[in-house]
Amino acid sequence: MFSHLDTKSLIFGRLDLGAFPIHEPILVATFIAVALGGIAVVGALTYFRLWGYLWKEWFTSVDHKKIGIMYIVLAIIMLLRGFADALMMRTQQAIAFNGNEGIFPPHHYDQIFTAHGVIMIFFMAMPFVTGLMNFVVPLQIGARDVSFPFLNNFSFWMTAAGAALIMISLFVGEFARTGWLAYPPLSGADYSPGVGVDYYIWGLQVAGVGTTLSGINLIATIVKMRAPGMTMMKMPIFTWTSFCTNILIVASFPILTATLALLSLDRYVGTHFFTNDLGGNPMMYVNLIWIWGHPEVYILILPAFGIFSEIVATFCGKRLFGYASMVYATCVIMILSYLVWLHHFFTMGSGASVNAFFGITTMIISIPTGAKIFNWLFTMYRGRIRFEVPMLWTIGFMVTFVIGGMTGVMLAVPPADFVLHNSLFLIAHFHNVIIGGVVFGVLAGFNYWFPKAFGFRLDAFWGKMSFWFWLVGFYFAFMPLYVLGLMGVTRRVSQFEDPSLQIWFIIAAFGAFLIALGIASFIIQLIVSFMKREELRDLTGDPWNGRTLEWSTSSPPPDYNFAFTPVIHDHDSWYDMKRRGYTRPLEGFRPIHMPKNTGTGVILAGLSVALGFGLIWYMWWLAALSLVAIIVVSIVHTFNYKRDFYIPADEVVATEAERTQLLTRKA
Amino acid sequence: MMKPVKFPRSLLLLPLLGMLAGCNMVVMSPFGDIAAQQRDLIVISTLLMLLIIIPVICLTLFFAWRYRAANTAATYDPEWHHSTRLEVVIWAAPLAIIIALGAITWISTHKLDPYRPLDRIDAQRPLPADVKPLTVQVVALDWKWLFIYPEQGLATVNELYAPVDVPINFEITASSVMNSFYIPALAGQVYAMPGMRTKLHAVINQAGAYNGFSANYSGAGFSHMTFTFNGTSQADFDAWVAKTKAGNTTFDRAAYLEFEKPSEREPKRQFANVEDNLFDAIVNLCVKPGQMCAKDMMHIDMMGGAGKESHENREKLRYDTRHADEGAGTNAATFPAHGNDARSPESPNQEQPHAAPAENGMQGHDMGNMGGQDTHGNPAPEGEGGIAPKQLNQAN
Repeated sequence: MFSHLDTKSLIFGRLDLGAFPIHEPILVATFIAVALGGIAVVGALTYFRLWGYLWKEWFTSVDHKKIGIMYIVLAIIMLLRGFADALMMRTQQAIAFNGNEGIFPPHHYDQIFTAHGVIMIFFMAMPFVTGLMNFVVPLQIGARDVSFPFLNNFSFWMTAAGAALIMISLFVGEFARTGWLAYPPLSGADYSPGVGVDYYIWGLQVAGVGTTLSGINLIATIVKMRAPGMTMMKMPIFTWTSFCTNILIVASFPILTATLALLSLDRYVGTHFFTNDLGGNPMMYVNLIWIWGHPEVYILILPAFGIFSEIVATFCGKRLFGYASMVYATCVIMILSYLVWLHHFFTMGSGASVNAFFGITTMIISIPTGAKIFNWLFTMYRGRIRFEVPMLWTIGFMVTFVIGGMTGVMLAVPPADFVLHNSLFLIAHFHNVIIGGVVFGVLAGFNYWFPKAFGFRLDAFWGKMSFWFWLVGFYFAFMPLYVLGLMGVTRRVSQFEDPSLQIWFIIAAFGAFLIALGIASFIIQLIVSFMKREELRDLTGDPWNGRTLEWSTSSPPPDYNFAFTPVIHDHDSWYDMKRRGYTRPLEGFRPIHMPKNTGTGVILAGLSVALGFGLIWYMWWLAALSLVAIIVVSIVHTFNYKRDFYIPADEVVATEAERTQLLTRKA
Repeated sequence: MMKPVKFPRSLLLLPLLGMLAGCNMVVMSPFGDIAAQQRDLIVISTLLMLLIIIPVICLTLFFAWRYRAANTAATYDPEWHHSTRLEVVIWAAPLAIIIALGAITWISTHKLDPYRPLDRIDAQRPLPADVKPLTVQVVALDWKWLFIYPEQGLATVNELYAPVDVPINFEITASSVMNSFYIPALAGQVYAMPGMRTKLHAVINQAGAYNGFSANYSGAGFSHMTFTFNGTSQADFDAWVAKTKAGNTTFDRAAYLEFEKPSEREPKRQFANVEDNLFDAIVNLCVKPGQMCAKDMMHIDMMGGAGKESHENREKLRYDTRHADEGAGTNAATFPAHGNDARSPESPNQEQPHAAPAENGMQGHDMGNMGGQDTHGNPAPEGEGGIAPKQLNQAN
C-alpha cells in the first residue's frame, strides 16, 4: 500500500523540483553557459566523429602518458571552476560593506568558499600533481608503463567521478556550507540536514579511492620498475619526491576515508561519533581530519619541490647541488609531516606542553625545507641560467615561497597562533605556500614537460605573460590579506561593518583580477602554441638540453617509451649518457610486451557516480543497483584474459626509423 | 645639459606605508597585556626569520642576475655540486634559528597558556596580592554571545564589560556548533565548543570599546556574530553592575531555551538576575528540563555502564535534535533564520538519520566520552543541573 508520496520518494528519494536552483539567477546563467558549452563540445565531437577516437585512444587507455594528460586536463577544468569561486568571493568581500549585503546571501556564499577549498585541493592541485607524476615518473626511471596499468586508468576515472559529483551539486541540490573540512557538529545531520555535506562526503570518498590506488601504483612502479643500474640514490629528484608523496598518500588517505565514513555513519544511520549528544566527540573529528590534512599539504608540495629541482638543474646547465641532502630533506619532511597535525587547532585548549611540542615539530620542518632552498640557490651559483618560462616560475617560487614559509613558522608559535588563527593572515599564509609553491610548481612543470607530451614547445611570450600576471597578481591578492589578518579580520565572513577594511579587499580583488589575466594568458598560450606548433616543434626529444631519462626518447614518446631499456650509471642519467657519447641503437629491435586498453575503469567510475548520487538523494534502489553492478563488473573484469599484446618488431623498427629520420633532419 | 633628477622608485611605496600606518592593526597594537605579549612574539619570530629570509631572497635575485646565460664573464662550473662545508652551513643556519625560536616557543607557550592564571597586569606591574579576578562565563550561540557574571549574578547579550587592570577568568562553551571566542585587543582566541569548557585568562589595560567576534565559521549568521568588549574603570564597572542589578529582568533556563534558537543581530541587552548554575547546565547539555547531564552519563560510564537499563536514558541524552519538532527556522545552523531557505528539498524537521531509534543496548556502555569535561581532562565541577538517573544512584 503506497500512497502517492511514498512512490515518489521511493523513486526519487529526497530529490524534487525544489532541488533545481531555478530561482538563483547566477546559477541559471552558469547552467545555461555550461549547457551551451557542453552541447557545443558534444556537437563538435560528433561532427568530427571523434567519439570513437576519444574512447579508443584516451578514455580506455592504460598508457600512463595519456592518463597523466587526462589528469591534467581535469585539473585545468577544475582550476577554472575553483577560480570562478575565488573571483566571486573576492567580489563579495570587496563590496559587502555599510549594510550592503553584496551579491551573495550567506547560504550561497558559504557554499562558494567550501567549494573553492574542496575543488582547489582535491580536484585541481591533486590531479595536477598526480598527472605530472603519472606522466613523468615512468619516463624518468626508464619504464614502459606503471606497475598496474588498468588500476591507473581506474584511479583516474574515480578521481574524475568525484569531480563529477561535485559539479553536479552546482545544479542539482546544493553543496556543503561547512568550510572545506566540514567540521562537525556543523556538518552533522542535525545542523546540516541538506544534501550539501553528502555531496562533499561521496565526492571525496569516490575520488579518494582513485587517489589511494594511484599512490599504491606509483610506489610499486618506483620500487620495482627502475631501469637496471638506477639504485635509489641514482633516481632523479622528481622521482624521489613522487616516491615520498605516494607513501604519504597511501599512509594518510585511509585516515580521510575512515573519518568521512564515520561522519557518514553519523549522518545516515544515526551513530554518535561526532554529535554533541549521546557521548559523541567532534574534537575527535578535528584531530582525525588533520592527521590526514597535514600530510596532504606535503603530498602537494613535495612533487612541486621535485619539479623545481629538475628545472633548476636543467636551466642552470649544472648538476643539482647537494643531491643527497635533497633526498634526505625530502624523507625528513615526509616523516615530520605526520607529527605536526595539532598545529591546526592550538586554540582548542590542549595543554601548553602539547601545544609547544607540536609547535616545535612544525618549526623543525622548516630546517629541511630551508636546506632545499639553499640547494636550489647553490645550483644557480656558477651556473649558466637560461630564463625560459619554467625557470622564471622557479625563481618566482623561491622568492615567494620563503615569505610563506616565514609566516608559517610565525603561525607555528602557539601564542602567536592564538591571535592569527582563522584570520585572513592564515588565509594569506596558506595561499602563499600553495600558490607560490604548488601552483607555480605545476605550471613550471607543465611548461617544462609539455614538449615531451605533445612534441612542441609552448609559446614563450604568452608563458611569460602568464607568469608575470600570476606573480604580480598573487602579491596584490594576498599581501592585503596579511594586513587584514593583523587588523583582526577573520575568515569566511561575507559582510563587514568596518569601512576601513574595504580598501584592502578592493586591492585583493584587483589582484584576483590580475591572476584571472594570468589564467587567460595561460589559455591563450595553449591556443597560440597549438597554432604555431610547426614552428615550436621539438624534433630531438630534448628541447631543453635535459639531464634525466625522459629527454632521451622522442617527443612525444612512442607508446612503449623506450625501445631498449636504458642502463644507468649516474643520477643525471641522460646528461651522463650524452657526455659519454651515447649512440641510439638502430637495430636489434624485438616485439614489445604492452598492456591492453580496457573500458572497465570508465564503467566502474560511472557506476560510482550513480552510487554516490543514489546515496546523496536517498534513492536507495539506485544505490543498491549501482553497488551490485560495481561488484559484478569488477568480478567480470577479473575474467578478462585479453589484457596484453605485443607491439610487433616491425612496428618498433618503423617507429624508430621515423625518429632517426627526424634526428637527421634536425642535424 | 643637466641630468634629470632620478626619481627613486622606492618612493612609490610611501603611500602604501601611509596606508599601513592609517589602518588600525589591532593585532600589532593591542590594549591587553596578553595580546601585547603575543604581538611581541610575532615581532621577535619575524625578526629571527628575516635573518635568513632576507639573505635568501637577495642571493636568489643576485645569483639569477650574475649567472644569467648572457653573462659569459661569470664562472661556469657545471660539475660543481657538492661542498661539505657549505652543506653544514645550510643545515646549521636554519637549525640555529629554529633552536632559538624553539626555546622561545617552549617558554612562551607555557607562560601564555590561556589556562594559566595571570601573574602580572602588564610589563611593569606584577599582580597585586589583593586583587580579585573577575569571572565571566561565555556561551557562543547561533549566532550571538551570552555572557554570565556568576559573582554579580547578571548576564548580558552581545556586550561584555570588564574593569581595566583586573584579571578576567573566562570560561567558554557553546550551545550547538564550534565557535571561537576572540577579542583581538584583549588576548588570543580560544575555541568555544558545545559540551566543553575551555578557559582564557586575560586583562585589559586601557579603557575603551573593542570588537569581539567568533573566529570559527559556524553557519549562516556567522558574519554578524559580533559583540562589544567594554573596558572601563573599576568605578564605572561598579556603577554599571549596580545599574544593571537595579533592573528586574531575569535570565533563567526557560529564557535560555528560547534564546538558544538561531537568530541574527540580537540587540545588546542586560539581565539583572541569572539562574544559578546555568552555565554548568549549558556545558553539560542539560538546560532543558528532563535532560540528563553529560557528567552524569559519564559517571555511569565510569562506573561500568548501566547495561540494558541505559536504554531508558537515551531520550534524556538527546540534545542536537531538541528543536527538530518545533518547525522550520529553528532547527539548524545552516538554515538561515530569516527564512531565506536553502535549496535542500526536505522540510527541516524531517530528520532521516534519527527516524529510527537504535534498538541495541549498547548506548550506555563504553562511550569514550569527553562531554562536559574541560579540555585539560579535569571533570567538570559538580553543579546541580539535571536529573540524577536511578542508575547513578545504584552505582553509588
